[in-house]
Amino acid sequence: MSSNAKGPLVKRHRLSTRVWHWTNMVAIFLLIGSGATIFNAHPRLYWGEYGANFDPAWLVIDDRQSATGPRGFVNIGGAEFDTTGVLGVFEKGGETRMRAFPHWVTIPAEYSLSAGRRYHLLGAWIFGVAGFVYFFWSLFNRHIQRDLIPRKWQLTPACVRADIKNHIKLNFIHSGTEKYSLLQKLSYAGVILVILPVLVATGLTMSPNMNAAWPWLLDIFGGRQSARSLHFIAAFLLIAFIFVHLILVVLAGPYNEIRSMITGKLRLPAGDGR
Amino acid sequence: MTSRRTVLTGIGACLMLPGCERIGKTKPVHDLLYSLDGLTMRAQRLVTARGALAREYTEADLSPRFRVNGTRQPASADYARHQKEGFANWRLNVGGMVRRPLQISLSDLRAMPTRTQITRHDCVEGWSAIGQWTGVQLSRILDFARVSERAKYVLFRCADNYGDTPYYETVDMIEARHPQTILAWGMNGDILSVAHGAPLRLRSERQLGYKHAKYVMGVEAIESFAEIGGGKGGFWEDRSGYDWWAGI
Ligand code: HEM
Repeated sequence: MSSNAKGPLVKRHRLSTRVWHWTNMVAIFLLIGSGATIFNAHPRLYWGEYGANFDPAWLVIDDRQSATGPRGFVNIGGAEFDTTGVLGVFEKGGETRMRAFPHWVTIPAEYSLSAGRRYHLLGAWIFGVAGFVYFFWSLFNRHIQRDLIPRKWQLTPACVRADIKNHIKLNFIHSGTEKYSLLQKLSYAGVILVILPVLVATGLTMSPNMNAAWPWLLDIFGGRQSARSLHFIAAFLLIAFIFVHLILVVLAGPYNEIRSMITGKLRLPAGDGR
Repeated sequence: MTSRRTVLTGIGACLMLPGCERIGKTKPVHDLLYSLDGLTMRAQRLVTARGALAREYTEADLSPRFRVNGTRQPASADYARHQKEGFANWRLNVGGMVRRPLQISLSDLRAMPTRTQITRHDCVEGWSAIGQWTGVQLSRILDFARVSERAKYVLFRCADNYGDTPYYETVDMIEARHPQTILAWGMNGDILSVAHGAPLRLRSERQLGYKHAKYVMGVEAIESFAEIGGGKGGFWEDRSGYDWWAGI
């Protein structure tokens, strides 16, 4: 791996991709933090149309008293995990707090459902409008067809094997006809074409006014509480993507990578010129 | 190298939550945050039908137990007296910008044409419960009282207090005249219980739960809610900053 050795500086990312990427990052940051606040108002998830305290929940984050003080726990489908200190029960400024997500992930830090909802709506507007414009612009300039959807030849077993091997060897940056390798394409397409649209659609399915106008939203996702669960799961998958994404940016050379998403230009490794 | 460090510290600073909140408290961002529900309402109304009905469910879909939220038992002496008398001497006051102010007894309300609907109640906190509601359409009462064309909102005055502050809510005429907007006196085949808002509660089926005022004592047609309560159009809107339009 020689990503720091000087090869040629090539054009990698379009202006539209760069502008959308950073706008979207701000929106996602707002959405995740304020989403955690909103979840804290009722930290239980259900399947179906309805679900409240007396109904069975598939996911619960809560606290209960014990001989040694309050304990936080997460219960997923009956399996329970003690999460004291992180989820359910945590410390803030020397005080013990009992909420699902701690102050260091929620926006705002001090619990306020109404403020959380306002930040969430702000994030949702930025995210929705930017995503809508980016999606259609990327169809128009063929970014989706060319750079995100894998080519047939990339799916041949030999190429799949080679790409996996390159990733294991932490060898990320290549020249060639394609901007992204197969695994990159699959994860970016999965985020842009599946996870982000599911987040928008399940978000709208939680709106009682949208439910009245477009009741098929409820049918697609199996009811309002199912939509709420799927919204949470999609957000969780997005966070998992972001984790891996950041690790890979660091491994591939953060200076070169982040610059490429700002100026558009990526430095190829020496001896890897076109 | 310096530029890499600058970029990373820049990103780091943005990601610090207190920094984010300081931005949120500046006037332009604060004003933006408080104008979003109006924007969302107009955008949703642009792409949806005004008269769209909330989904109605069947008896098989009813929540086994409908969570009670907010006040369970109003504390005033007046309310206690009415409760003791089975609301026999209670009257719903209909006033404000109407040509024919009314005082309607519970038995007269029950004698009016009824609408029964099984709908889903969505709390702002995130939970939902399905219940069956029986009552009279608000639009009938507004027509009966000959509401003025100038009235823009309907105000609901309630019997429950939080401290010294009475509960109240407002909805605009689009929601007030919606066919599923009813003043319910029955729930799940029974008379509405005190915990769920007896003798009368609002159902505004395309909005979140805090709009569905319980213990409704008076209905008033008004032109503006700026002078009522804290001026934001409802108890939780004033107290906690919830959005006036509660369609999402
Ligand atoms: C500090 C945070 C972040 C940094 C430094 C970062 C950096 C980058 C870089 C360098 C690339 C180009 C990688 C390549 O050439 O393969 C990229 C692409 C991408 N990033 Fe991020 N990213 C961040 C946050 C996020 C977040 C929160 C999302 C959430 C959706 C995201 C989604 C994507 C997507 C979908 C692409 C591909 C874009 C396209 O080609 O259409 N990133 N990011």
